[in-house]
Amino acid sequence: MIDEVAEKDKQARKKVEPKTGKGETRKIEVAHQEPGTENKAVKMKADDVCAWFGEKQALFSVNMDIREKEVTAIIGPSGCGKSTLIRCFNRMHETVASAKFTGDILLGSESIFSPKMDPVVVRRRVGMVFQKPTPFPTLSIYDNVVVGLRLNGVRDKKTLDEVVEKSLRKAALWEEVKDSLQKAGAALSGGQQQRLCIARALAVELEVLLMDEPCSALDPISTSKVEELIHELRQNYTIIIVTHNMQQAARVSQKTAFMLNGKLIEHDATEKVFTNPSNKLTEDYITGRFG
Amino acid sequence: MPDYQTYRRLLDRTMVVLCGLAALFAAIPLVSLLAYVLFQGFHRLDWTFLTSLPTPVGVAGGGMANAILGTVTLVLVASCVGLPIGILAGIYLSEYGKKNKFAWSVRFTADVLSGVPSIVTGIVAYTLIVKPMHNFSALAGGVALGFMMIPITTRTTEELVKMVPHSIREASWALGVSQWRTILSIVIRTAKNGILTGVLLSIARIAGETAPLLFTAFNNQFWPKGVNEPTASLTVQVFTYAISPFKDWQDQAWTGALVLLILVLAINGTAKLFFKNPREMLR
Repeated sequence: MIDEVAEKDKQARKKVEPKTGKGETRKIEVAHQEPGTENKAVKMKADDVCAWFGEKQALFSVNMDIREKEVTAIIGPSGCGKSTLIRCFNRMHETVASAKFTGDILLGSESIFSPKMDPVVVRRRVGMVFQKPTPFPTLSIYDNVVVGLRLNGVRDKKTLDEVVEKSLRKAALWEEVKDSLQKAGAALSGGQQQRLCIARALAVELEVLLMDEPCSALDPISTSKVEELIHELRQNYTIIIVTHNMQQAARVSQKTAFMLNGKLIEHDATEKVFTNPSNKLTEDYITGRFG
Repeated sequence: MPDYQTYRRLLDRTMVVLCGLAALFAAIPLVSLLAYVLFQGFHRLDWTFLTSLPTPVGVAGGGMANAILGTVTLVLVASCVGLPIGILAGIYLSEYGKKNKFAWSVRFTADVLSGVPSIVTGIVAYTLIVKPMHNFSALAGGVALGFMMIPITTRTTEELVKMVPHSIREASWALGVSQWRTILSIVIRTAKNGILTGVLLSIARIAGETAPLLFTAFNNQFWPKGVNEPTASLTVQVFTYAISPFKDWQDQAWTGALVLLILVLAINGTAKLFFKNPREMLR
């Protein structure tokens, strides 16, 4: 009798095996595409950006326009320069000892390297969330959220209280921690820690949020919570997210950029990149022929 | 086959036993030292000893209270000199001194300084402070001890601040916090338990030094009245009594040594408690 069941099972499975063939595109869930994105202002612009780590060149002449209040996903195989590119956007690239950089990056209409723009000021307007959640271990949840403000001189308790509630609500963490704000920041679960880091970044009133593989270290449920969060944040902030996960890129972004070996290969609306890419390399990557 | 297995098992067990014996032999000198000092010094250890001044030979009572207070004074003065310099130098070396030549020479100097014989440090302090001031003082003694604290504190602070994960610094920079603020408020705060341990260990080390005090703080049979006077210290007092020809004083020397030993062990024990596990910092 067991043999009969196994036979039936095998036959059922044969029917639903997906067809793989040349030119076959896979069905992927794609985020809501809005019409008229070309009319939006350009929030950040990378102009002929080249970057080196010592002698090794990591980015080759990247030109990219990031429009405001949109989510742009940067995808590509490991080592293609995605993280290096976004670290240039908030001037974190220069913190590495052997780093070199040519080209320009504009925030709004001003270059972030102009003498008026101190790196500290740039980083307050362009925030970053890292792959591994890093709440400051000796600080409580409350202190973690306001640390960006406190260390820049804001002391008024009422202001800080308001900011804590606002940021934690924006990060969809308020309901879970509102009764234990004095608990150590490092005592939360991985997903909660990452949302705490997002709340911490939001508390400094930034304009652009860079996310470097924010969900790589999280379980699927926390990942979906963070993705929902990105959907909500999009209404007020410009977001650039680097991700390994193509399905995630398709789900959350309006624009997608594909990078390979330090070069920007294609940068277009997400729907187009995933269903009808212009460049063959993009198509190869998307259909899984490499990477 | 069976013979080889048994041989290996036997060899294994013999090695474990030998290692255990070696560890035991290493512990014997320490344990016997503690036991002997305890045995010799315990019978005179009482409240009188800890609270009264030295008395002339043959007079009952008498203790080393001024010496204990003197050691505390000297350690305080030494900390004011040694700790700020040591901790700040350690922070500089780990935060700003990765590749430059200056940092390399600072590290080299600290290593050399930690190897300088303590009596040489004492003579230097004598020339720098005692001679111009024309008197022995706790200030001179404290400075001599402070010179000895600097290299220990520098190296421990550097090692511990280096252990703070780089991701914490990056997270702080990404929030738009300046470098010095990041160091003060985030990095040091994360490393503070370790730094405190380094401080306690260097205090324990200098509390037991005798040579530098011989010509800086000298000795004193009375209560310390300020930093500008010769001051008694447990170590020098023990030395003075031990080489005297009087049995009564020799007994007191043993008790003084016991008190010193307990003090140093207590500080070391507190330091270990504070910083049980470096991994905790990386959670």
